[in-house]
Amino acid sequence: MPVNQNNEEFRPVIVAFCCNWCSYAGADLAGSSRLSYPADVKIIRVPCSCRVNPMFILRAFEKGADGVILCGCHPGDCHYSTGNYYARRRMTLLFSMLDFIGVENGRTRVEWVSAAEGVKFSETMNSFVAKIRSLGKNVRLGDLRCKN
Amino acid sequence: MQKIGVFVCHCGSNIAATVDVKKVAKMALKEPGVCHAEDYPYMCSEAGQSRIAAAIAEKGLTGIVVCSCSPRMHEATFRKAAERCGLNPYMVEIANLREHCSWIHKDMEEATEKAVILMRAAVAKVHLNTPLQAGESAVTKRALVIGGGIAGIQTAIDIADAGYKVDIVEKTPSIGGRMSQLDKTFPTLDCSACILTPKMVEAAAHENITIHTYSEVEKVSGFVGNFTVDIRKKARMVDMTKCTGCGVCQEKCPSRKTANEFNRGLNTRSAIYTPFAQAIPNVPVIDTESCIKFKTGKCGVCAAVCQAGAIDYKQQDEIITETYGAIVVATGFDTIKLDKYGEYAYGQSKDVITSLELERIMNAAGPTKGHLERLSDGKAPKEIVFIQCVGSRCSDDRGKPYCSKICCMYTAKHAMLIRDKYPDVNVTVFYIDVRTPGKNFDEFYRRAVEDYGVNYVKGQVGKVAPQPDGSLLVQGVDLLDNKQILKKADMVVLATAIEPNPDARKIATMLTASIDTNNFLTEAHPKLRPVESPTAGVFLSGVCQGPKDIPETVAQAGAAAVKVIGLLAKDKLKTNPCTAQADELLCNGCSTCANVCPYGAITYEVRLVNDHGIREERRVASVNSALCQGCGACTVACPSGAMDLQGFSNRQIIAEVDAICR
Repeated sequence: MPVNQNNEEFRPVIVAFCCNWCSYAGADLAGSSRLSYPADVKIIRVPCSCRVNPMFILRAFEKGADGVILCGCHPGDCHYSTGNYYARRRMTLLFSMLDFIGVENGRTRVEWVSAAEGVKFSETMNSFVAKIRSLGKNVRLGDLRCKN
Repeated sequence: MQKIGVFVCHCGSNIAATVDVKKVAKMALKEPGVCHAEDYPYMCSEAGQSRIAAAIAEKGLTGIVVCSCSPRMHEATFRKAAERCGLNPYMVEIANLREHCSWIHKDMEEATEKAVILMRAAVAKVHLNTPLQAGESAVTKRALVIGGGIAGIQTAIDIADAGYKVDIVEKTPSIGGRMSQLDKTFPTLDCSACILTPKMVEAAAHENITIHTYSEVEKVSGFVGNFTVDIRKKARMVDMTKCTGCGVCQEKCPSRKTANEFNRGLNTRSAIYTPFAQAIPNVPVIDTESCIKFKTGKCGVCAAVCQAGAIDYKQQDEIITETYGAIVVATGFDTIKLDKYGEYAYGQSKDVITSLELERIMNAAGPTKGHLERLSDGKAPKEIVFIQCVGSRCSDDRGKPYCSKICCMYTAKHAMLIRDKYPDVNVTVFYIDVRTPGKNFDEFYRRAVEDYGVNYVKGQVGKVAPQPDGSLLVQGVDLLDNKQILKKADMVVLATAIEPNPDARKIATMLTASIDTNNFLTEAHPKLRPVESPTAGVFLSGVCQGPKDIPETVAQAGAAAVKVIGLLAKDKLKTNPCTAQADELLCNGCSTCANVCPYGAITYEVRLVNDHGIREERRVASVNSALCQGCGACTVACPSGAMDLQGFSNRQIIAEVDAICR
């Protein structure tokens, strides 16, 4: 697993929203195939990627997440036909706004993982964690927060 | 305040080997509202479930969290267990400590830390769970089978025999599929048509089966028990009610230059045609792209010779709409295109053919009337080389990563049949591995080698070079002798990889069924639910799910039929209660939610609303919970936050986020 030398001790907090039909099942397949990825990733099951309200992602960063990834069915394969298209548009807007306010684009990601892609799920999580580790703790947003 | 019980499963050592389960249970007790926590080797066992029941009864639990395997495995088990002791099944949450934790992490401390966080998130969520009641929906007692090959035919017959109506939709003019193109079948060497055509006749004659050939599924809506399907019945230009199947039109048709798809393009057919002699229905179609009447307006020979007056050049495509309770996908396969395999000279030389083409050549109804001959000069070949794994087990993107499963056996069959009929022909097979797992399969392969003298060479072929004298020079390697082989052959047969029907992806998308990167449809569980798609009410039969031979296909077809029968036997289905609901106090009636709903489940009504004492009529959203499938698109689209999804509410998901990030 690639680890940034300077950040070996850094354990990021990463939230992964996975749709029930494709990506959550892909994560299950990664698990049953014993394809490891760092324990920093915690998965939240949602029925569809379109269930993920931008509010949830803002909340995660507000509460100290260092990265948020949203995984859904491949475009065209959504269990609910069109949900992932909504998710894709919403996240495009949200991520550019987050970048503007200080959460760099590398900390947010949308990835399509099917139920059969255990390998892709594991690879995606490994690369995302490596990216977050290289970016370090999410402090730029912290600076904006009015603490105390 | 809820009273929550946390149950941590060891799953034997699957979880307990990497997660300190005792610690997870101990930490659970520190969470607010948790008044019971325990660990047990197998929570899903009867003993485990009765421990849950006992705790619910003794402590009066109002919600439970089971830290175990994926909810996709045992959520239903634990919900039922809760229901049996009077707890609403939707007051159960699962923390996935196995697939998402113990199986992927090695460090015990790290894994335990993560397990505790996952447990906390589930506890935080269950605090906000509310009891939900499943609704009911009726079941349309009719099934649709997409694809009329052996898989579809067998599934349809089995469902129909149980007393339910079945429709088969087949794209080509006749049912029969790939199997109808085969000459003989391994390992018994049965004549393929002889065992298939009785099934085709049985399906056609069955009072419960309706066959729509030359038809395609155009649109699918609805859900399990109530699918509405538009079927396009393509214009045959022949009236099925009048045609007697005499065949005169095909004999007299002056346009005869169209490649014959049934014979893999090895010969030609007329523009009005039935694909093969035993076609069902025995009613020809006019291929309007080849027909002179359609191209120039001048001809009309078929109409002139048809005694029955069945030819109708003005026929139009017809769209019929039917409702079904269940849909079976049986779309089958094709062989891959070989344009990326230039080294085998397929397309350069007529004598390099695929195995399916050889199948047609060996068949008495084929382009050579069953005589083994070279397509270039019609001479009988003396040296035949078979090349295995052309495009199968391929590590680059030219071919497929999987084993096509049937090639080793059909090559042994071809080699054996050739040696049997033409003992003076030498047969050499280049292979990577010979894979013969199956009843009487290895015996069959050994017969080819030992009794029929087929020469098997372990090694791959690098190049097939057409020679000026018309022969083919095969350059290969013998790995066991570690030497190069140069072999002159008269004919080369490629065991071409199989791939799902090119329409599989389109159909999967229409059905919202999962499909993998190789375009095989995904099963609900690879071992335990092999004939069901994850999409309720959609079932899989035959090669659309993965490579398989005829006996396996027939077995799977029967299994799919049983699942369909089980579904259709029910009068009512329980619906998913995790549906959207609009808060009438927050809704401003803007219609945004209705616009994003893929099911048309949201309507608007003017309702008397009591907003903190102010009574007024407002236009508010109303969700039809029978139609809502619970995707949640509306909940995010709603600008005023009036829409929420039961079971995955905003507050529940935020509680999970908070628990993970704290």
